[in-house]
Amino acid sequence: MVLQGEWTLAAIGLAYPRLRARLEQHCDRLDLEWDLSGVDALDSVGALMLWRAWERRMPGRVRMRPDQAPVFERIRLAEEKGVLRKAPRSPFEWLMAIGDLAFKAGRNLREITILVGQLLLDLGHILRHPGDMPWRETSANLYKSGVRAMPVTALVGFLIGVVLSYLSALQLKSFGADVYIINILGIGIIRELGPVLVAVLVAGRSGSAMTAQLGVMRVTEEIDALAVMGVSRTLRLVFPKVLALALAVPLLVLWTSFVAIIGGMVSARFQLDISYAFFIDTLPKVVPVANLWIALFKGFTFGILVALIASHFGLQVKPNTESLSANTTSSVVTAITIVILVDAIYAIATRRIGMPT
Amino acid sequence: MTMGESPAIQVERLSMRFGRQWVLRELDFTVDKGEVVALVGGSGSGKTTLLRAIIGLLRPTQGHVRLFGEPLFSGDAKRDRLLRRRVGMLFQHGALFSAFNVYENVAFPLRELKVLDEDLIRDLVRLKLSMVELLPRHAWLMPAELSGGMMKRAALARALSLEPELLLLDEPTTGLDPDRSESFVHLIRSLRDELELTVVLVTHDLETLGALATRVAVLAEQRILAFGTLDEVMGADHPFVHNFFRTGRSQRALQRAEQ
Repeated sequence: MVLQGEWTLAAIGLAYPRLRARLEQHCDRLDLEWDLSGVDALDSVGALMLWRAWERRMPGRVRMRPDQAPVFERIRLAEEKGVLRKAPRSPFEWLMAIGDLAFKAGRNLREITILVGQLLLDLGHILRHPGDMPWRETSANLYKSGVRAMPVTALVGFLIGVVLSYLSALQLKSFGADVYIINILGIGIIRELGPVLVAVLVAGRSGSAMTAQLGVMRVTEEIDALAVMGVSRTLRLVFPKVLALALAVPLLVLWTSFVAIIGGMVSARFQLDISYAFFIDTLPKVVPVANLWIALFKGFTFGILVALIASHFGLQVKPNTESLSANTTSSVVTAITIVILVDAIYAIATRRIGMPT
Repeated sequence: MTMGESPAIQVERLSMRFGRQWVLRELDFTVDKGEVVALVGGSGSGKTTLLRAIIGLLRPTQGHVRLFGEPLFSGDAKRDRLLRRRVGMLFQHGALFSAFNVYENVAFPLRELKVLDEDLIRDLVRLKLSMVELLPRHAWLMPAELSGGMMKRAALARALSLEPELLLLDEPTTGLDPDRSESFVHLIRSLRDELELTVVLVTHDLETLGALATRVAVLAEQRILAFGTLDEVMGADHPFVHNFFRTGRSQRALQRAEQ
């Protein structure tokens, strides 16, 4: 068998399957003499193809140039070192995965508890030493996650208001209960939809950003640098975030609910012919003011929760991209889940408060 | 001109500008096949920029780069891709994909070709890992679990996976301890001899330079100040060359490299 031409990855390219099949036709002929001396170029891909056709040993009769020998020598050396084989999978992997998940949840809970404790200590420290209050960081966070979130929350709120009003109007019309649109929108948006909507948006917008920021700071060892300078990372990095969201989210809730109700009002005007003046006049009569306080309190706690969860997952990031993306995902998913869970608890706890009689 | 005769790298009147700042100006640079050229220069002298222009990561503001006689940006996407496959690059920090383990990192460029079967790829990965002196059990480690030296080796295995003719090394020994960096230099030299590679390396490390380079290019003032063998370059009369090569520390490092 006389081989010629370039036996390199670049030259073989798409011809690989054809070439391999042709080589395989000859592999069982032990008496064959192989002549490689006419081969112009031979790289490890070409050599490996031959090696495999020879069933992983040098054939009995082979002619090659001295400069072609080293590549086969390299292949033989690599083979001596053993095979590349993954560790076999355990049949109980699913059980281990569940156990891992439980341990992970437990660990997260423990870490978050420690973080909360540390933040309370920081709060005590600031009350005693007001000079250490991280004003600049708090203000920056307030601007980034509060003021900058206003357009998007307004847009989403307005559209939700329009849609909710439109769908309700279709139903109410058929019962002739048109005026109740104000009750539905008032209670629904102020008490329930506004806070949850804002919390979800803030978790997706600011929570992810906070996790990614802290995560990258961990990757680039900036957080370690802070520790070396004797600056508390919770006081300087986590505390301002929690404080900023605790202030920003209730305000965003007010803003979003306001815009959403305007959206509902506009929609009601066109669908049900309810005038703006009547809507505005009726709203305070059918929605007790306690609902507003509930909404503000919800916003306050949701803000704290989102910031806490985001900071926690950010600090857990390990120095690789996979960990960064996994923690950012966990942060947003956990924050939204927890917010909805807590909202359900509030719904039960406040079921006797603020309902129109 | 046939392919066999054209130089591996041909840089003609290359200028690079970032914003308002010229990093390189009208730079000419030619590397013949089989050479090992070291690029040296102070921080910010444009070494890495030149390297990135050679591999096509940066488009020249003015001028041309040719690899193996073919233009780097020919306008034909397929031709460009084929040309890039003939070049392997070892990034300063390895640039291993952190979501993949070592095996998948080395196999990735081979799999992307979509011609080779998985059996051959496994054999090839084993061969490459063996060439860079990594053990089979290292194949399943994630990049985050590797030490600095192992990371460079794994990255080198990946750079070699497409059988490149030209290998670019960005600070190959930075961040390695002297012992590791010596064995890494040794590894690169033996691979170069075996595979007949053309190598361009950026380095600050005089020991690496003395041990590897057949020619040295000194980059300063946005151009190549001196280009020749180490002795020729050291004879050049320029303050940077003085500072870089003729201090006591540099002399000792070069002597060590010669031993």
